Amino acid sequence: MMRAGVITQGHEREQVERRPEQEANRRPDVPVALASLIALVLVWAGGAWLLNDPRLAPGPQIVFPTLWEALVSGQLWPDLSATLIRVLFAFTLAMGIGAAIGIALGASERADRWFGPWLTVALNVPALVTIVLCYLWIGLNEWAAIAAVAVNKIPMVAVMLREGMIARDPDLSDMARLYRMGVVARLRHILIPQLAPQIMGAARAGLALIWKIVLVVEFLGRSNGIGFRIHLDFQMFDIAGVLANALAFVAVMLAVEWGILAPLARRAASWRQR
Amino acid sequence: MIRLDLSEKGYGGVPVLGPMQLRVGRGEVLGLSGASGAGKTTLLRILAGLDSRFAGTLEIDGRSAMVFQNPTLMPWRRVIDNVTLPTSATEEQARAMLARVGLESVADHWPGQISVGQARRVGLARAFVTKPDVLLMDEPFASLDGARVGDLLELTAALIAETNAAVVIASHAAGELDALATRFARVDGRPARLFQEERVRAGS
Repeated sequence: MMRAGVITQGHEREQVERRPEQEANRRPDVPVALASLIALVLVWAGGAWLLNDPRLAPGPQIVFPTLWEALVSGQLWPDLSATLIRVLFAFTLAMGIGAAIGIALGASERADRWFGPWLTVALNVPALVTIVLCYLWIGLNEWAAIAAVAVNKIPMVAVMLREGMIARDPDLSDMARLYRMGVVARLRHILIPQLAPQIMGAARAGLALIWKIVLVVEFLGRSNGIGFRIHLDFQMFDIAGVLANALAFVAVMLAVEWGILAPLARRAASWRQR
Repeated sequence: MIRLDLSEKGYGGVPVLGPMQLRVGRGEVLGLSGASGAGKTTLLRILAGLDSRFAGTLEIDGRSAMVFQNPTLMPWRRVIDNVTLPTSATEEQARAMLARVGLESVADHWPGQISVGQARRVGLARAFVTKPDVLLMDEPFASLDGARVGDLLELTAALIAETNAAVVIASHAAGELDALATRFARVDGRPARLFQEERVRAGS
């Protein structure tokens, strides 16, 4: 069914036909997502069956029991929680510092002219280099692990927030200044709603990136966490173990994405549909 | 009361406004005419205190409000919030002002659900609810058709009369200025100067 939508752009106002697929994009379709994931598992099972090498390419019939065993034996939980805590700390640090840098550079053209190239350099420093340097400079400890992950993510958050600042509506800022809105009111009612798409984009892309870097950090220099467990599996050439550990954390991250971030993003953008 | 003594305003070293003096007292409505790009908006931004990078002095007595060229509404806030949040007006005051501009039925709508004409009325309500001492209006009826402009002119004239504010209204439409202004001036030249016009509104 076609539904008429209304958009306002500058002085112009026009009636547009919003296509059904655009409407559907805004709502999660749980049955389709589940069917899609089941299809992925079937493709995996089919590939494993074709390769016919359970040690090199274990199928779901081997990996899922391995995962279940790790779950019920209690071996998985300490590593899962250690990785989650590192992800949480690094994510919070990266979002806070990255947003502050991005907002400052977006607000000041001069600052962006001087420090924008630094961001470009930081964006192109390989994650592995940052991790190794943090371990060498700070030591093989928790702070180095969290700092390495946060430093990797900060430039991306800063760039996204800077672009959001540059694209914001200057008329709204003028209106807020003219009516002498307070700092908190300006942040809450003028700035954050305009930056919400960039904040949510940075959070969602950031979380996906951060947990992968956390695994590398744990692989290289920690004695617990999913990355450490994968390191052990790697040494034992236990591919089923590698996949089981990875699956466990993918499941947790999917739960965070679907249960927290996606609803938050929909809420932040809900006014656009009215 | 507005007192501006401006010697120069430029962008990137290029002067856009030349020496000018401007005085507007309470109850006066100065109509600023001039071609598009002449410098009317630049002058209004200076008067609003939104641009302080100019050579000269500006004195404003009391509280300022502005009706912007675009409605400048927060699309993520309902119409009523667009009046209360920037101005600190109570909800009761805001609803009364929205009723005054004929928008009581859309007070709880979202800006995306109202027409451009209605959005302009929200801008008027937001400005007038503050009971301003100085009111600045930048092309407040741009992009509206004739019938809508007629209605809004009548409403605006009534609201201005109630506030007794010092008002500066910029428009390139002579008819709009004729309907509202008590004095007239033209922004012209490069850098732009202010030319006071002798004509006064019929009946004033």
